[in-house]
Amino acid sequence: MKNIFKYLKGYRAVFLMAIISIVIATAMQLATPILIKYAVDSVIGDVPAGNLQFIMDMTGKNLMAVVWMIVGINFIRGVFLFLKGVLSSYAAENIAQNMRDALYKQIQYMTFEYHTKKETGDMIQRCTSDVETIRRFLGVQIVDLGRIIFMIILSVAIMLTLNVALTLYAVALIPVLFFFSYIFFTKVQKNFKKSDEAEGKLTTVLQENLSGVRVVRAFGREKYEIDKFEDVNQNYRKTTYRLIEILAMFWSSSDLLTLFQSGIVLVVGAMMVIDGSLTIGTLIAFITYESMLLWPVKQSGRLLSEMGKTTVAITRVEEILNEPIEHALPDEIEPEIEGEIVFENVSFSYPDGKRALSNISFTLEKGKTLGILGSTGAGKSTLVHLLQRLYDYEGSIRIDGHELKTINKQWIRRKIGLILQEPYLYAKTVKENIGIIDRNYDEHQIAEAAKVASIHDNILTFKDGYETIIGEKGVSLSGGQKQRVAISRTIIDHDKSILVFDDSLSAVDTETDMRIRRALKKRSKDVTTLIISHRINTLAEADYILVLDSGEMIQQGTHDLLINEDGLYKRIWDLQKMVV
Amino acid sequence: MENSNKEMKLKYDKTVWKEMFIYFKSFKKDFLILCAFMISLAAVDISFPLLTQYAIDTFVVPRNLEGLWVVAVAYAVLTVALSLIVFLFIKHAGKIEMGLLYQMRKDAFEKLQKLSFSYYDKNAIGWMIARTTSDASKISETVAWGLVDMVWGFAMMIGISVVMLIVNWRLALVTLVTVPLLAVISVFFEKKMLVSYRNVRKINSKITGLFNDGIVGAKTTKTLVREELNREEFGEVILDMKRNSVRAGTISAGYLPMALFISAIGTVLTLYFGSVFIMGELITYGTLMLFITYARQFFDPVLELARIYTEMISAQAAAERVMSLINEKEDITEDSEVLALYGNHYDQKVENWEPIHGDVEFKNVDFYYKEGEYILQDFNLKVSAGQTIALVGETGSGKSTIVNLACRFYEPTGGQILIDGKDYKERSQNWLHANIGYVLQSPHLFSGSIKENIRYGKLDATDEEIIEAAKTVNAHDFIIKLEKGYETEVGEGGGMLSTGEKQLISFARAIISRPSLFFLDEATSSIDTETEAKIQYAIDTVLENRTSFIIAHRLSTIRNADVILVIEKGKVIEQGDHHTLMALKGHYYDLYANQFIEEGERDLLNQHDKIKKTSRDEDLLSA
Repeated sequence: MKNIFKYLKGYRAVFLMAIISIVIATAMQLATPILIKYAVDSVIGDVPAGNLQFIMDMTGKNLMAVVWMIVGINFIRGVFLFLKGVLSSYAAENIAQNMRDALYKQIQYMTFEYHTKKETGDMIQRCTSDVETIRRFLGVQIVDLGRIIFMIILSVAIMLTLNVALTLYAVALIPVLFFFSYIFFTKVQKNFKKSDEAEGKLTTVLQENLSGVRVVRAFGREKYEIDKFEDVNQNYRKTTYRLIEILAMFWSSSDLLTLFQSGIVLVVGAMMVIDGSLTIGTLIAFITYESMLLWPVKQSGRLLSEMGKTTVAITRVEEILNEPIEHALPDEIEPEIEGEIVFENVSFSYPDGKRALSNISFTLEKGKTLGILGSTGAGKSTLVHLLQRLYDYEGSIRIDGHELKTINKQWIRRKIGLILQEPYLYAKTVKENIGIIDRNYDEHQIAEAAKVASIHDNILTFKDGYETIIGEKGVSLSGGQKQRVAISRTIIDHDKSILVFDDSLSAVDTETDMRIRRALKKRSKDVTTLIISHRINTLAEADYILVLDSGEMIQQGTHDLLINEDGLYKRIWDLQKMVV
Repeated sequence: MENSNKEMKLKYDKTVWKEMFIYFKSFKKDFLILCAFMISLAAVDISFPLLTQYAIDTFVVPRNLEGLWVVAVAYAVLTVALSLIVFLFIKHAGKIEMGLLYQMRKDAFEKLQKLSFSYYDKNAIGWMIARTTSDASKISETVAWGLVDMVWGFAMMIGISVVMLIVNWRLALVTLVTVPLLAVISVFFEKKMLVSYRNVRKINSKITGLFNDGIVGAKTTKTLVREELNREEFGEVILDMKRNSVRAGTISAGYLPMALFISAIGTVLTLYFGSVFIMGELITYGTLMLFITYARQFFDPVLELARIYTEMISAQAAAERVMSLINEKEDITEDSEVLALYGNHYDQKVENWEPIHGDVEFKNVDFYYKEGEYILQDFNLKVSAGQTIALVGETGSGKSTIVNLACRFYEPTGGQILIDGKDYKERSQNWLHANIGYVLQSPHLFSGSIKENIRYGKLDATDEEIIEAAKTVNAHDFIIKLEKGYETEVGEGGGMLSTGEKQLISFARAIISRPSLFFLDEATSSIDTETEAKIQYAIDTVLENRTSFIIAHRLSTIRNADVILVIEKGKVIEQGDHHTLMALKGHYYDLYANQFIEEGERDLLNQHDKIKKTSRDEDLLSA
């Protein structure tokens, strides 16, 4: 609960105004029956005004004046109801906006490590539906809660001034109704959950059937699938119907309780009027207040149980917000990068203690190309990830003589282009994806980058060309096309002094692979390049080659050296020669 | 998204709902019962104020206690009646809602089982899921509960008007004078809200999309240093969201006060004229009380009806989409003669099914998705029983089309496909499918145990047969090493297993029914050496003595095939066995050389890894 109020910060005044508005509106709503009572008793009838003397003072025995007063009061009520609606939605939407922004920012700056382990679906859920739960609570429920509490207090207070004895009769069943409603809504959560789960199962069967449609057809299992779906469909129907039955039970029995309560007021009140201790107008007012009182009591149970859900949602959102993020340190430098790289006894272990790299040392001069060979899990990707400071390292990595750790992370990532093996393309157009790092790239620059990455011609065959949207809502690209778009969006920036290909040409055929590398070389001779590849032809062109295995450097040297040295490199090279 | 123009339509479309109600005609009786409940509920709702009026006029005003118990008893009876009706109508509406939903989902699902792959090619799976889940539930909800509110609303309005007109038609007219205004205002606001909340929902799905980009693409974002730009773009959308939400919030904040004020005017008019009438002794206190209560009771039905009206407009698009799925025409249909002899999906007449020998012939086969754009043209191929055909060529060359046609997932647009010398259209799809084994490039498993997944290939298979099949394809060893063995749950889509393991299970599933025809789309993704060897073994075993079509990537598979077809743009450009084609030094030769190197490199890397591991294991052992 404390957490909820933390998010109100900055909007407390607005919320307060919303609550004041609802209090005024409620007070006006409660004033109407009094005026009607006054009209019936003291204007039409001859009952002395009693403690309503102030109305008498204002209107006299003039029916028209009372009528105008009622109209005025209802107008004021309308205005404040409107204000409450606008104010609370304004505050809630602002808070939701802040929360979304905080979450998004947090996600952007969380560590690389976190993103390799996260559960995407759950995280999206937290950012969308949990935020929505909180927003609804703030925008609607909190103010409603204020209104209900105020409505109960004020109407009971008015009833007490009108007639103490009848008030006691009028509230007799209210605690019962309240607890009944609260306990019910707490218990019924279980049934809501069951129904949700049944729907989830149904969706899973449907999803699996549709995505496995080839298997279903090839085995002629249509009937089997229909039967399987029948089960979950039937089950959802039963579970949800059971929930509706329970709700039917609640609404009908709470109606019974409410009507019984009103009946008590009606009968007891009638008897009191008959024996002269109550006026007709007061009875009418009581009947009206009673109906105003009962509805919110019925709702309160639901509101309170919703509040439970909000607490859970807030905890889930906070879990994300409390994760550590990448920080800039105060004395970080932002040097010009020429491109010389020195690794000296670099080691790295994952936080779980798994050793990924041990004692890697090499020097790569500016403008040279380093090839890296190794099997899956040898540590190739980890090694290049260290260069972009996606992980922290032990030992020393120096770029142009500057220790990497002293350089600002974002700065160095801008200077080093790293292309991942399985790059993510954003759900935007091809053009936007290629120009993703800076909105100022024009069409020529984008087309030039696409040409270098040998993807330009492919793009032109798409129906909408560069305006084609990528992803679920547009075209899905092949692995090789994705890799080439990823290359173009990185190399579009001519200022990168180091380029790293993390096996990012693996899905591109050999010829295109070569064409892309040639084009890059032609464009800029000064770029230092690191290429992870399993293609010996690619590696053979590198100035220097590292062979990694289980995090250790088992061979290193130039191509000429390695083909004369017994080892993995030579064996693969020999294979190549066999065919050619 | 694709229907956004249609969705913005703000007119009630009678034809859609007419179609819907014709579809739901088997629920007619339930609808009528529900109407009866709602009308009785309205009657009880109307009776309460009448009872109050009676009590005031007969007992309260004349100060007469005699017989007041009648009122108490009548009140109790009405109370019980009302609670009972509330219970019954909610239950019944729930029954209808669930019944409609069940029916739509069942029909949609069955239709989806019949629609051919061309439908699946054209529509995204997410689209089909949305039709069957959220759209269907929106319709059933709108129809069932909309009917409840509509019948109750009309019954209330008519009932109250009639009673008031009978009791005092002059005061009745006064009370009713504000109703048309209330109705107009309600419909106006409901429509405004419909449009503005639709906007909000649209932006909301944009936000979800951006969160998806931000979360799934987080690593890429880091490497591109795009955090700030991403946040800026996101910031614009959430700002837009805030503006639109506040606007929508403002509209709905205006609605209720406005409606309440109009209703208050109605009450005030009733009070004023009622009081005047009382003073003129034209009506009683009880009557005034009755009219004031009725004036308030008129409020809810008007608002409810306005809401239902817009809800029906908003559900229209969903209704159109669901009906279009349920009424979609099937591409591949079967003659009544074929159905009579071979049976349909539900009632397969297995006793009439001839065994398949395994000869397959493509005779002048044409195929296109779009008229004029041929994928295959005048394609001829004769395969004798037991032969292995390897299809080689680039993606999009038409390899998969040949397999899909042979499996009758599509039918040729021209020419014939003969199985054992007879056009396959003369027999049922189920007959063919019962005789084929099929393994996909990316294996698809269903959630459930390994055993259940293998049994999918032969529903009445015994446990022994399942183990037998797993042994045949070399999957048994890895399965029994799992903690729960054959009972191991594979997870959604087989997610708990590795790709190689899934592949092995899908082989076992394909051969358990001992099919005469076998189709294989070989996996291209690299799998660890051990599993790779197992899969190779599985393929070799499976192909023995079966007519097989393979979209081949592995050299060993290709080399061992009886006939290799090199396909380019829907044409066979080279055909023959391995030696013949190598001697040609053409396309096949190039393809082979490339593949040889790629495979060799991968093998060497993997082998190396393995040697290293075993030697480390040995070190551990000796230490």
